[in-house]
Amino acid sequence: MTVSTIHDIGYRHYEGRRLGRGYVLRSLFVHNLRAAYGLGRPARAKVMPFLLLAVMMLPSVGSVAAVAITKEPRGLIPYAAYANILQVVIAIFLATQAPVLASRELRFHVVPLYFSRPVGHLDFVLAKLAAMTTALLALLTLPVTLLYVGGLVTKVPDSGEHLVRYLTALVGCALFAVVLASIGLVVSAFTPRRGFGVAAVIAVYMLSSAFVVIVQGLAEMRTNFTLAGWVGLLTPFNLVDIVQVRLLGAPRSSAAMPEGTLAGMVALAVCAALVAGSTAVLYARFRKAGLS
Amino acid sequence: MPIIAAQGLTMRFPGVTALDDLTVAVEPGVTGLVGANGAGKSTLIKILLGLLPPTSGTAQVLGLDIARDGARIRERVGFMPEYEALPPDVSATEFVVHMARMSGLPPTAARERAADTLRHVGLYEERYRPIGGYSTGMRQRVKLAQALVHDPQLVFLDEPTNGLDPAGRDDMLGLIRRIGAEFGISVLVTSHLLGELERVCDHVVIIDGGRLLRSQAVEAYTAASGSLVVEVEEGRDRLGQHLYDQGVAVRPEGRLLVVDIADEGTYDRIRDGVADLGLRLVRLEQRRHHIEEVFAVGSEQPHPVPQGAPR
Repeated sequence: MTVSTIHDIGYRHYEGRRLGRGYVLRSLFVHNLRAAYGLGRPARAKVMPFLLLAVMMLPSVGSVAAVAITKEPRGLIPYAAYANILQVVIAIFLATQAPVLASRELRFHVVPLYFSRPVGHLDFVLAKLAAMTTALLALLTLPVTLLYVGGLVTKVPDSGEHLVRYLTALVGCALFAVVLASIGLVVSAFTPRRGFGVAAVIAVYMLSSAFVVIVQGLAEMRTNFTLAGWVGLLTPFNLVDIVQVRLLGAPRSSAAMPEGTLAGMVALAVCAALVAGSTAVLYARFRKAGLS
Repeated sequence: MPIIAAQGLTMRFPGVTALDDLTVAVEPGVTGLVGANGAGKSTLIKILLGLLPPTSGTAQVLGLDIARDGARIRERVGFMPEYEALPPDVSATEFVVHMARMSGLPPTAARERAADTLRHVGLYEERYRPIGGYSTGMRQRVKLAQALVHDPQLVFLDEPTNGLDPAGRDDMLGLIRRIGAEFGISVLVTSHLLGELERVCDHVVIIDGGRLLRSQAVEAYTAASGSLVVEVEEGRDRLGQHLYDQGVAVRPEGRLLVVDIADEGTYDRIRDGVADLGLRLVRLEQRRHHIEEVFAVGSEQPHPVPQGAPR
């Protein structure tokens, strides 16, 4: 006769290792990065980010195909101009995905669960900022890399020159990513209601762009090109483009921008201030949410 | 050694004093923290987690000072908040694994502990579904699981039975009992319902208006009161009169008689009285105190206790 029993092994204590701050920070970064692309979430969370990534890739695929068929190297889109040309797509990606990182845990009051653990306030914010930056970096650099590889395959002349321009564009992409991530996270951290974050980020992008375009138009009509150039600091894409063009020597793709290296330095300082300011604001915002 | 000790803890917010010179020590085991809504229970937990610096006073949790060792306290305690605290679009497994990693558990250990803990709190197949589709009872279990997943030495459970139906409430109270008895984890559980805590706690701390009202073992609240409850089928008044005539302190209370015990002879007089009058005795028992009485007689200014009041 056999007697079979179900063994309830009962509660077991955890005797293993508890890893420190670096591991927690890394886990938090990976978790947020996955969230930015809807990984580990239902399929509908993946639709927007991957659709927008596909849209971002299309022009570069077309450009490489055109070069391959026509053998005309000028058909290749300039690497550094890519983000500027597709800024609407990037803005939509930021508007739909930044709230996933910054508003969701506020809306559902998850934040206190982090801070009742050994998670630091600054680490929490830096992990979110780094994750959003990395998500944008992937969105920006994949098509640019495809352009570069496509150029190599179709044997575009001056491969040395292309490598320099490609690497320059990567630096530009990193700056675009961190500036956009900072703005997107701050705006969505203050609009925790569902859908409001998306609208708010789009509104900030559209209003700043529209304002700059109008002022630039008026200034150019009055032949005040200095004002037309400097006002470009007020919209994120134009701002980063000033740094790329004036400091990194990339070809210019914005409508107007101020002259000289000094303009580039000023634009870079504005970028740095934006990122630092956003970090401080996010720190205060999440710290407060951790106590509610 | 007490697991929680507070000395003169005071917390003032603009316009309101949440804690007022609170000095209390809590021993290992299951401890109830009782008070009306707004009595300062949640504020006390936030201070003990080292998240909110008190206006004045000091406290130690697991022997660690809240002002200096907040991070080390948070490694060793778990916290289940009172409000909804779960993202709807991830599964319970995914969420609890993530929270385990936030407490520093390596990936494999985090997955194993999450699966074990969810089983212990009674979530099985449904743990792979997004939390958005869960009932209130299931959500409470997930909240409890995330507080336990890193095997803390102490958990703070803030109103864990809130919003549950009577069956869910019983399940949750049973779980709390098990956490203390089987898991060997000390528990500080808050509630505004005293009766609940009487069932699961070893010790009950009562705060009212941010002040300590009483802190003692549950048995001390429910100790024999020195009076007897007598119930007879008919003739309550005749028995009462009979006992009164013999010099016994007796008063009616509903269908019952309450008799103060003067000496051993009191029992005999009741027995003889019932027999002499030919009454049918239903019950003769020691009256015990209820924790609720603390609010009726212990408080200088009587505060209405919202027993089971909707929140």
